[in-house]
Amino acid sequence: MAKEIERSGIPVTVMCNLIDVAKTVGANRMVQTVSVPYPLGDPELSKEAEWQLRTSRVGAALDALATKVEEPTVFPSKF
Amino acid sequence: MKAIHYINQFFGQIGGEDKADQTPIFHDGLIGCSMMLNAMVKPDIEVTNTIVCGDNYITNHTEEALKEIFAFLDTKEFGIFFAGPAFMAGRYGVGCGIVCKAVKERYNVPVITSMNEENPGVEEYKSVAYIFKGGRKATFMKADITPMAAFAKKIAKGEELLPAAQEGYFPRGIRAEIPEPNGIMAADRVIDMLLKKLHGEPYQTELIIPAMEKIPPAEPLKDLSKATIALVSSSGVVPVDNPDRIQSASAQKWGKYDISKLDNLPEGVFKTIHAGFDPAAMCAVPDRGVPVDAMRYFEKQGKIGKLYDYFYVTVGTGTTQAFAAKFGKEIAQELHAANVDAVILTST
Repeated sequence: MAKEIERSGIPVTVMCNLIDVAKTVGANRMVQTVSVPYPLGDPELSKEAEWQLRTSRVGAALDALATKVEEPTVFPSKF
Repeated sequence: MKAIHYINQFFGQIGGEDKADQTPIFHDGLIGCSMMLNAMVKPDIEVTNTIVCGDNYITNHTEEALKEIFAFLDTKEFGIFFAGPAFMAGRYGVGCGIVCKAVKERYNVPVITSMNEENPGVEEYKSVAYIFKGGRKATFMKADITPMAAFAKKIAKGEELLPAAQEGYFPRGIRAEIPEPNGIMAADRVIDMLLKKLHGEPYQTELIIPAMEKIPPAEPLKDLSKATIALVSSSGVVPVDNPDRIQSASAQKWGKYDISKLDNLPEGVFKTIHAGFDPAAMCAVPDRGVPVDAMRYFEKQGKIGKLYDYFYVTVGTGTTQAFAAKFGKEIAQELHAANVDAVILTST
């Protein structure tokens, strides 16, 4: 899906757990998620810590959309 | 010759998705499909042990998992290593690939597995392992183990190994020189090929260049604070009654749902129907899969111009590349019509 949307000219940040898989299928902007069953959260964390985690990763994904990339690039997040 | 077999928690009879965090278990003997494999490879090979490990554990705690597996394998004598078959199970395939690659590097023995062509493990690991072309699901167990076993026996007996296409595994990207196959020299072969081409008959090049299509990165957004961003997801998060009846696996459609009046995706109003992982955590907080709350927060902060009024979703387990590409094209068309500038795509 990411590939076809990007092909149409819309930049896509893929947020996923298995980054190497995203790379092999041709994603260009990537942010790693926490896990498969809860990509952007963690039931073990406090509500505050989970919010920090989610906004940090989504924030990194948004910044990636405004960043020029030449090749598949993984964008780090603070939390 | 001795062999060891790696399988996941499901085929290792530990349990399903709820046991996917299982740490490696080392059996003194064989369980599950290892017995079928052993029956097929004897008497040339004896499969001595089954290693079982959860798919989440091997893919998310790779270093720890491999350390434990190495500690076990260091004490064993084996000349061949098997993993799977993994069918179309994505994490299982990647898990088999991780273990095969590590075993190959450390012990330099042939590593053999099997996956369906749609398994993401194929693309990633076909250059390091013999990955046989397998069926889509576990009903193909016997059919998929058969060529793995036959190939291993050839290795054990020291027989000549044929090119990938003839043996039935995915090409590893290795070019072997075969001087005068069938006694026909290159000049004759190239003319034969040319004549076939001129006559419109099928012919096969001897230098196959695998097509791996890359999409050049789209231009970045000039001003994030003025951009409309859409959420797209393969997490299977839908309204609780799943109004479009999207399939829980091998999805053949996608849905779009109105979030224009929502600041988050409340529990009980949305849930995930994805059959590829334990849904409890995402059903409790659907924003863990489709982060409407975080996007709304950034919209209020002015970091982005607008969160698009709908999110798009399908289920990404067992879904073929052909359908995924179709969904992507259809969704892209909608996004262009709605002047959406960029996409955050969450997957599991």
